[in-house]
Amino acid sequence: MATNATVVSAMKPSMPWQPTRGDRARSVIRLLISALLTYGIVALTPLKGKLAYFFVFIALSTFITAVDKFRAGGKKAAQDSFVSALALTAGVIVFLPVASILFTTVSRGVKGFHKTLLTDTMAKASITDPISMGGILHAIVGTIMIVLLASIISVPLSIMTALYLTEIKGRASGFIQFLVQAMSGIPSIVAGIFIYAAILVNTALRGSAIIGALALAILMIPTVTRTSQEVLRLIPNDLREAGLALGATQWKTVATIVLPAARSGLVTAFILGVARIAGETAPLLFTIGAADTLNLNPINGANSALPYYTWRTLTGGTPESMQRAWTAILVLLIVVLALFITARSISRRRTA
Amino acid sequence: MSYSSLLILTLIGTFLIFRGFETFRDQGFKFITGFEWTSNVVDGVEKGTFGIGAMIIGTLLIAFTAIAIGVPISAMTALYLNFYAPAKAKALLTTILDLMAAFPSILFGLWGYFVLAPMAEYWAKLLYKYFRWIPIFDAPQPAFARSPFIAALVLTVMIIPIVTSVSREVFSQAPLDRIQAAYALGATKWAMIRTVVIPFGASGVVGGAMLGLGRAMGETVAIYMVLNIAFINNLHILYGVGGNVASMIVQKWGESGLVESKALLAAGFVLFMLTLIVNSIANLIVRYAVKSGK
Amino acid sequence: MSSNEEFNVHKENNGEDMTIANAQPSHAAPKSLSEVSANRLKDRTPGNAPLGTGLEARNIHAWFSKHLAVQDISLDFAAGTVTALIGPSGCGKSTFIRTLNRMHEFIPGAAMAGEVLLNGKDIYERGTDVTKIRLQIGMVFQKPNPFPSMTIGENVLSGLKLAQLKVTNKDDLMEECLERAGLWNEVKDRLGAHAGGLSGGQQQRLCIARSLAVNPKVLLMDEPCSALDPGSTLRIEETIGELAKSMTIIIVTHNMQQAARVSDYTAFFLSDGGPGKLIEVGPTNEIFSTPRDQRTENYVSGRFG
Repeated sequence: MATNATVVSAMKPSMPWQPTRGDRARSVIRLLISALLTYGIVALTPLKGKLAYFFVFIALSTFITAVDKFRAGGKKAAQDSFVSALALTAGVIVFLPVASILFTTVSRGVKGFHKTLLTDTMAKASITDPISMGGILHAIVGTIMIVLLASIISVPLSIMTALYLTEIKGRASGFIQFLVQAMSGIPSIVAGIFIYAAILVNTALRGSAIIGALALAILMIPTVTRTSQEVLRLIPNDLREAGLALGATQWKTVATIVLPAARSGLVTAFILGVARIAGETAPLLFTIGAADTLNLNPINGANSALPYYTWRTLTGGTPESMQRAWTAILVLLIVVLALFITARSISRRRTA
Repeated sequence: MSYSSLLILTLIGTFLIFRGFETFRDQGFKFITGFEWTSNVVDGVEKGTFGIGAMIIGTLLIAFTAIAIGVPISAMTALYLNFYAPAKAKALLTTILDLMAAFPSILFGLWGYFVLAPMAEYWAKLLYKYFRWIPIFDAPQPAFARSPFIAALVLTVMIIPIVTSVSREVFSQAPLDRIQAAYALGATKWAMIRTVVIPFGASGVVGGAMLGLGRAMGETVAIYMVLNIAFINNLHILYGVGGNVASMIVQKWGESGLVESKALLAAGFVLFMLTLIVNSIANLIVRYAVKSGK
Repeated sequence: MSSNEEFNVHKENNGEDMTIANAQPSHAAPKSLSEVSANRLKDRTPGNAPLGTGLEARNIHAWFSKHLAVQDISLDFAAGTVTALIGPSGCGKSTFIRTLNRMHEFIPGAAMAGEVLLNGKDIYERGTDVTKIRLQIGMVFQKPNPFPSMTIGENVLSGLKLAQLKVTNKDDLMEECLERAGLWNEVKDRLGAHAGGLSGGQQQRLCIARSLAVNPKVLLMDEPCSALDPGSTLRIEETIGELAKSMTIIIVTHNMQQAARVSDYTAFFLSDGGPGKLIEVGPTNEIFSTPRDQRTENYVSGRFG
């Protein structure tokens, strides 16, 4: 028993727990049997459509795999394989709607692309006119305007709030935290109603870009605040202590050390906030007025925005107006996707 | 500066209470429980009976149905991501979930109406044919288009990202040493999950479900587009009529007179309170679930 | 000569163990590890049950992604013995012990080479049901980890529940396992209480009882006492001595005194910045009194580590 292991052997690493070729062949056979039976079952019953094939196939292959595992390992192996199949199914189920949404939006929306889509407004065309007339310039400009306005209102407020919660941690923090969380649950329609009730209802003011922006700000503030909080929490305390040790006040430390370190994260928070409100419809319904023309005045006169434009064209009822809706939503989707990708690449560069 | 959020929230509540208070004063508690909503002009004076009961029931019906379908799917997806998915599938699915969370709700409405509704109508027919002995699946007539069932399906797709994200967060914190202990005792993966992960993460999933519930209760445009909104109290989810508070406000707003619009504001206030309560409870549960679990 | 009875004196104070305060050895304190080990050999009554061949590791290598952590370990653990694995931090002892019950493969990117023979069969052979292997080769971890959602009684039987094994008399089995783990007297009146209310030492003994319930042939222990107070440590070391009569025990320990107190054989691991290797293995009192390798000598006499 007293050996001295001085011989060095050059053995190759292996992973004997991985499935063997035999295991893989077995699972392929199971899938084939399931496929055949699926075809048969769907032909014989009143189920139809691609989804029917899909669900029957999943049910059958789950059952067949479980039976196979049962023969090898007993009840617990069968249960384990059943749950694995369920988990995988859930993952696929989540994937399907997104794929469908993207595919539908692109395939339907693209049909409405024409030369003047982005340069023309609906001033001289009605939503039921043929799709080559008019464009969505006013909606795009409107979106840009209200997003800018909402950001100007929200971002400083949000970042200050986030700083208060993470840096100062004053006595009101618990309460403010609760408020931020409560705000993030406000239904978007309620935000719109509130602004309407607060500002428009008994005054001579009418809907305009700034009013819509105020409604959106209510939704943007909690989003940007929460994301900023998370970003600030990730900044290591050593940086703050270093600043204070050098004799700076807390605010100076925050301004010169913490904020620059958190800069890319805060930009991400901002972009996510923009993505959130760029697609909101309900808050604008009562607050923005209904404009078909380009209006660069933020405080006077009705305006438009991409989601709002989509909403209006839907109520047109004709195939042309529906087409406009799809095209507008495709443009909106492209905008949201671009924002999303930008935010991700910034945060990835940060952690790289 | 940060007292701004305090200010805003208080203002919202105050104004809505204020404006809606008159309606409450006129209608009393019947505002919430009444099932009639009529508004007419009699002798030049606007009068009306306003009761949002049917709409509250509608809100709860489709929101809870969405939770019933969506939470199991989300919890299983969270388990899949944490314990089963290979690295690439995990990255892909996580990206897709984040993307879903960013989609505008009007997009879900459009897709729901044009793509999902025809399929869902077909499923509703099947459900009606084979399961109508269960009361909720019965219907006074076989009219299945634009039903609460379809609305609930659209809501399900919308809340899956939130519930999955919270569930994932909680499951990922399941203590590794207990997971190892279970495996060392000869557990299969499922045995380990049900012994260690699920007891640990169950309350977190509940919190996530409530956050999803809050979102579902407040959804406006998607419901408006998919559901045939009428002031009828309908508990048969396959039958094509229903509504929720948010979409009702939108529908009635355009032609409402002064009195009716105050009633609509009151309805907004009720909705706000409902979602506030649900979200507060949800946040408490999630915070407690993530902190404890030792 | 110290006798086992003196170590059993304890106060029933909240079920807590106050042994160290009361231990009174009747000989002068041992001056070296080899004396400790020699003393132990005098006390040990050898087991006499037929136990099979124990466990044998042949040419074990272990990788984490491309990094070789453990190189060419061959050890034959005889049945009915306690073997201690000693060595400085980071020399691969824990990695090695996890190859013995196939827990190493849970780490993403893990790979191995070599064989581990239980009853003559390689546990890594293709087609083996790994969950059954883990029922026969149990493990106790450094940090006690009872399941908090279960009561004490349920914890003991949890291995059976996980493996879905039927047992004719649950209560007898529960009592037997808790008795063997040295915990029965302290918890017999509160089997329905939650496991979280126990002290660290009690929790660890509960984990031992839990491992015993599935009747393993081999028990692996990865520094089971390093998170515990000395009183609990002593209780568990007694338990190890008793358990060794009916199974093979392999214990990783940082504490050389513990190795000297508890083990029949000791294996010394070392890593010189590269993969961990087995330097020397032998009967414990030889390793501590007359080691053959200079590095072993340096380690056990405290010149490094």
